[in-house]
Amino acid sequence: MKVAVRLRVNGQDTELLVPPYKTVLEILREDLGLTGTKHGCELGECSTCGILVDGKPFLSCLALPLDLEGHEITTIEGLAEGSRPHPLQVTFAELGAAQCGYCTPSMILTAKALLDTDPHPSRAAIQQALAGVLCRCTGYLKIFEAVELAASRHG
Amino acid sequence: MAKTQADELAVVGKSLPKPDAMGKVSGQARFADDLMLPRMLFARILRSPLPHARIRQVDASRARAMPGVQAVLTGEDLPIKYGILPVSQDEEALCSEKVRYVGDPVAAVAATDEWIADAALEAIDVSFEALPSVMSIDEALAQPGEPIHPRGNVHKAVALEFGDTEEGLRSADHTREDVVFFEGNTHLPMEQHAAVAQYGQDGKLTVWSSTQTPHYVHRALGKVLELPMSRIRVIATPNGGGFGGKSDIFAHEIVAAKLAMVTGRPVKITLTREEVFYAHRGRHPVLMKVRTGFRRDGRITAMQFQSFLDGGGYGSYGVASTYYTGALQTATYAIPRYRFEGVRLFTNKPPCGPKRGHGTPQPRFALEVHLDKVADELGLDPVAIRRRNLVQPNSQTVNWLRITSCGLEACMDRVVADSRFLERRTAMPSGRGLGFAVSSYLSGAGTAIYWNDMPHSEVQVKVDRGGGVSVLCGAIDIGQGSDHILAAIVAEVLGVSLQDIQLTTADTDLTPIDLGSYSSRVTFMVGNAAIAAAQRVRQRLAEAAARMLHCESDELSFRGGQVGRRDHPGEAISFAQTVQAAEAGEGLISASGSYTPPKLAGPYKGSGVGPSPAYSFSAAVVEVECDPRTGEVRVPEVWIAHDIGRAINPVLVEGQVEGSVYMALGEALMEEQTFRIGVHKFPSMLEYKSPTTLEMPVVHTSLVESLDPEGPFGAKEAGQGPLLPVIPAIANAVYNALGVRIDEIPITPEKVLRALAQPSRRVGPKGVPRFAFPSPIQAARPPEWEGK
Ligand code: FES
Ligand code: FES
Repeated sequence: MKVAVRLRVNGQDTELLVPPYKTVLEILREDLGLTGTKHGCELGECSTCGILVDGKPFLSCLALPLDLEGHEITTIEGLAEGSRPHPLQVTFAELGAAQCGYCTPSMILTAKALLDTDPHPSRAAIQQALAGVLCRCTGYLKIFEAVELAASRHG
Repeated sequence: MAKTQADELAVVGKSLPKPDAMGKVSGQARFADDLMLPRMLFARILRSPLPHARIRQVDASRARAMPGVQAVLTGEDLPIKYGILPVSQDEEALCSEKVRYVGDPVAAVAATDEWIADAALEAIDVSFEALPSVMSIDEALAQPGEPIHPRGNVHKAVALEFGDTEEGLRSADHTREDVVFFEGNTHLPMEQHAAVAQYGQDGKLTVWSSTQTPHYVHRALGKVLELPMSRIRVIATPNGGGFGGKSDIFAHEIVAAKLAMVTGRPVKITLTREEVFYAHRGRHPVLMKVRTGFRRDGRITAMQFQSFLDGGGYGSYGVASTYYTGALQTATYAIPRYRFEGVRLFTNKPPCGPKRGHGTPQPRFALEVHLDKVADELGLDPVAIRRRNLVQPNSQTVNWLRITSCGLEACMDRVVADSRFLERRTAMPSGRGLGFAVSSYLSGAGTAIYWNDMPHSEVQVKVDRGGGVSVLCGAIDIGQGSDHILAAIVAEVLGVSLQDIQLTTADTDLTPIDLGSYSSRVTFMVGNAAIAAAQRVRQRLAEAAARMLHCESDELSFRGGQVGRRDHPGEAISFAQTVQAAEAGEGLISASGSYTPPKLAGPYKGSGVGPSPAYSFSAAVVEVECDPRTGEVRVPEVWIAHDIGRAINPVLVEGQVEGSVYMALGEALMEEQTFRIGVHKFPSMLEYKSPTTLEMPVVHTSLVESLDPEGPFGAKEAGQGPLLPVIPAIANAVYNALGVRIDEIPITPEKVLRALAQPSRRVGPKGVPRFAFPSPIQAARPPEWEGK
């Protein structure tokens, strides 16, 4: 059995016919080819699968598509303007804040949600905002610095 | 090493974004599970629910009949055994007779989607005959029932002695013995292991896998599938974290390949997070006893070290791990007489293997807390006792390790000064403490995993008439930055920019061999091979340019995309023009370079583990804040210095150091891979506690550049060494803070409270089990140690 859903992803409306038990994570990756969204547990524990829904961090592995009808979904692929990367993408690259890069899409999206509400966050606010997103490579420090650098470039 | 002077370096030594950075921040990097092929099937593996059992029967008929199921495999389909080490060929991709840990693979299904594959697993009927299980070192030695492997539960026992240690202990003014335990823990890479396999009508097999060791996977696939290696192509995808956890050969890689061969369709397997915990190959639990003799002034006269490793169900890297628990004690301290005895036991748990620091964090913990205790007894401070014993540059250790560049003392001085360790440690406010420790690690193992005389790393460089430079190498980037090392070194030698370099890596059809991203070998070995290849290309280009510029080829500099005369800076031609001239003269310009480490193994059996062409050194001071009411230990600040030789990219090296500090923190305070009747206690990311952003301390990282004479541009390793001193420094800091000794990693609040409540103020093992080690191989000592 399949159900019809209509999702708005990275500014585009798409209609899909999917099994009702398929998660948003799976739909993004398998049906829409948006493999920039990763997964580390598919149980809501690691935040690797983070996307933005109406601008707020959201775990795609826990949601079913019908929950997100009528909402604005942003994935890492939707962050750049054409081929111009988002400032956070630039600072993450410059400061080596992406080592293996696997947590990076979720880390960057979560940081973007923070900067959108708090353009000049303190270190503590950054730590708090990113606390749920696990990274095994970096020790987080370069990530904090990358968020701060992006914030400072914002003026 | 390139002739370029240090101050002239254009790319090396600069904190530039690495070549794969934009792919990773944009979501464009393609990890194994991101690959989707037409007609692809999805596979799942049925795993043993019992820790130790005989397989009586596997009946897959119900599963085979399910709509959507395309193939089911059981043990009889893959009967050939394999293992990463030639001496430990003890694993089956699907067990046929026996299972040896919960999670051991038994059958596999390929179906049109994962839900059908999952349902089919439930329709496979396996009848097991449960056997008594062995869950600890003590139980393994007691041998209660049927041994886990036919030859018994003792996997490997080794004993080596360099000089008469008994005599050395007798002549000491002071001796001390400590027994400590280091619990196992796991890598927990954020990416779950995945593999995709495709078998063409042309009889060629392609396997994409998130592996750190594509070459070893290639060899194993050839063996188990009985295919010539020439018909197998292994492509390592960027690893979403490795830390040693993807450097073995895994059942799912073989199963995906076999299913692709059986069905004729591409097959993907992605492990669930729970399966990743059981796949493991992580840190061995190790029980250790160390006994050392000292002179009154703190100098070591002799050391005896024993380790008992809880290996899990299979051999994996275990023989090497066992030796590693005894190999590097001498790399930091001049120990004149040294005995090492090690034994690895089989237990009914997931196999242990290499995790960041492979077999050396456990003994480093033992050694560094032991030294602090001795320092107390001798009335020395922790820095002084280490200074008395420091290994010297350009020396040879008693177990024949060749030490060349050595920035250990500089590392010590740095962290001690920056943290004001000596002034502050005796005046810390209540509940606060400072701890110190040092360490050393290899820049690549000097010997390959299987015996051969071929290079360990090979690089090809090919230049294009448009000025592009293609670099091909088997190395795989696991996040450590190996792509950057390759590109930066070639760009430096040829005087082009990073953007002019095209990398092709880790593809056994296209790239020459690199043995893999393990043992901290990549920068050193790939780097040297890249220099050799690029210099050959440069020589040929220089000859063509010299003809055009009317000078000798050695008068030219390659810089900024130009080839010009050093003495007449105005006279230059572009790099692309140079390539065109050379190509017009002699055809395609390409060259290869290789690196084979020098033969450094000492004259005794077992000397193959430990030698490296260069050693990195680290020192750390850790500050802790302990709450005596809850037992909680927090780490607000860490000072760490690492002798990197030369930082090819400082920001990436800092990233390795900070990541090592982070991982050490997790191991020291919270992470443990423990079991209840064979079942993992915490097989989820929620319950297996790892540090989050909120636990990460302020880290002051200093890089010490000792310019190694054999390292590429002087570089050494950074990926593993900096983890080592942090764990014992935390334990020493906890002692400084509360006066309790937690001789057991991890240092959990519960253990701290227990120690506080005990008159001994200590939590830790009381002794080691009785075990008859073989009588030690009496190895000759290097000349400089004779008579000492
Ligand atoms: S994949 Fe781990 S939280 Fe969604
Ligand atoms: S960069 Fe590897 S998990 Fe964060």
